Amino acid sequence: MQDEAALVAALRAGDEAAFRTLIEMYHAMMVRVARMYVSTQAAAEDVAAETWLAVLEGIDRFEGRSSLKTWIFRILTNRAKTRGIREGRSLPFSALEPDEAAVDADRFHGGDHNWPGHWASAPAEFPEERLLAAETRDVIDRTIASLPPTQRAVISLRDIEGWSAEEVCNALTLSETNQRVLLHRARSAVRAALERYLEEK
Amino acid sequence: MTQANTYEELSCIELVELVTDYLEGMLPDELRQRFDDHIAHCTGCRTYLAQMRATIRATGTLTPESLTAEAERTLLEAFRGWRADAP
Repeated sequence: MQDEAALVAALRAGDEAAFRTLIEMYHAMMVRVARMYVSTQAAAEDVAAETWLAVLEGIDRFEGRSSLKTWIFRILTNRAKTRGIREGRSLPFSALEPDEAAVDADRFHGGDHNWPGHWASAPAEFPEERLLAAETRDVIDRTIASLPPTQRAVISLRDIEGWSAEEVCNALTLSETNQRVLLHRARSAVRAALERYLEEK
Repeated sequence: MTQANTYEELSCIELVELVTDYLEGMLPDELRQRFDDHIAHCTGCRTYLAQMRATIRATGTLTPESLTAEAERTLLEAFRGWRADAP
C-alpha cells in the first residue's frame, strides 16, 4: 500500500499515475458496493465514475480525518443511496430478511428426539488439499457472485480485500450489527456451498 | 443473531448462528463461555467451526476483482478532462 499522504499530494498536483493507482485499488470494489443500492450494473458503474469526479473536485478539501479509502467510499455510498432512492428502491438494510438459517434445519434433530437441536447429520472436515484447488475457488467465486448485493459487498470487503469490520461499517455507513449479520449470512452460504461441493466426490 | 436462552446449554442449531459473532470476538462473556463449553464436548460443532475458519481462509485466497481495461480508459479520459479544466 502506497503512502496515503503522498498519493493525496500527487493527486492534488494532477498526477495521472496517482489517479491510476487509486482506480486500480478501488474502482472495481466501488462498483460492487454501489450495486448494493442501485438496480443495475450500468447504474453502479455510473455512480462509481461520478464518484471519481467528486473525489477529484473535492481532494483539496480532504483533511485526512478519515482514511482516504473511507472518504472515497463515503462519497460513493452517499451518491449510490441518493440514486437508489431516486430509482424508488428501499434501502437494502431495512429489507433484511428475518430468518435465514446458516444450516438447513433438517440437519438437526427435531423436538421429538432426545437431543433436539443437535446434529443429526454432523459436518465432516474439509480436506485441506482440495480446499485451495482452483476448482474449489471457482465454487466460492460463483457462490459470492450469486449472493444478494449487500452480502456480496460485505464478504468481498472483509474476506477478499481484508478490510476490518470498522472500515466496512464506516465506508458503507452500516451499523456493527448489520455488518455482522450480512457477513454471517454470506459466510454461511459459502460454507454450505463448499460442503456440498466437497462431499460430491 | 439468535438470542440464546441464558441458562440452558446451547444446542448445535443455536451455536451455528453464533459462529460469526464468536469469530469476531463480539459474543458477550457469558455467551462466549457457553459457546466454549459446548464445543469442548461436541465434535460436530468443533468441526463446523473448523469448516467456517477454512471457508474464511479459502475465500481469502481469491483474487480481488480487477479494473477492466474499458473502465480504466474511460476513467483516465475523465481525469484528463478534469485536469484540462482545472484552473
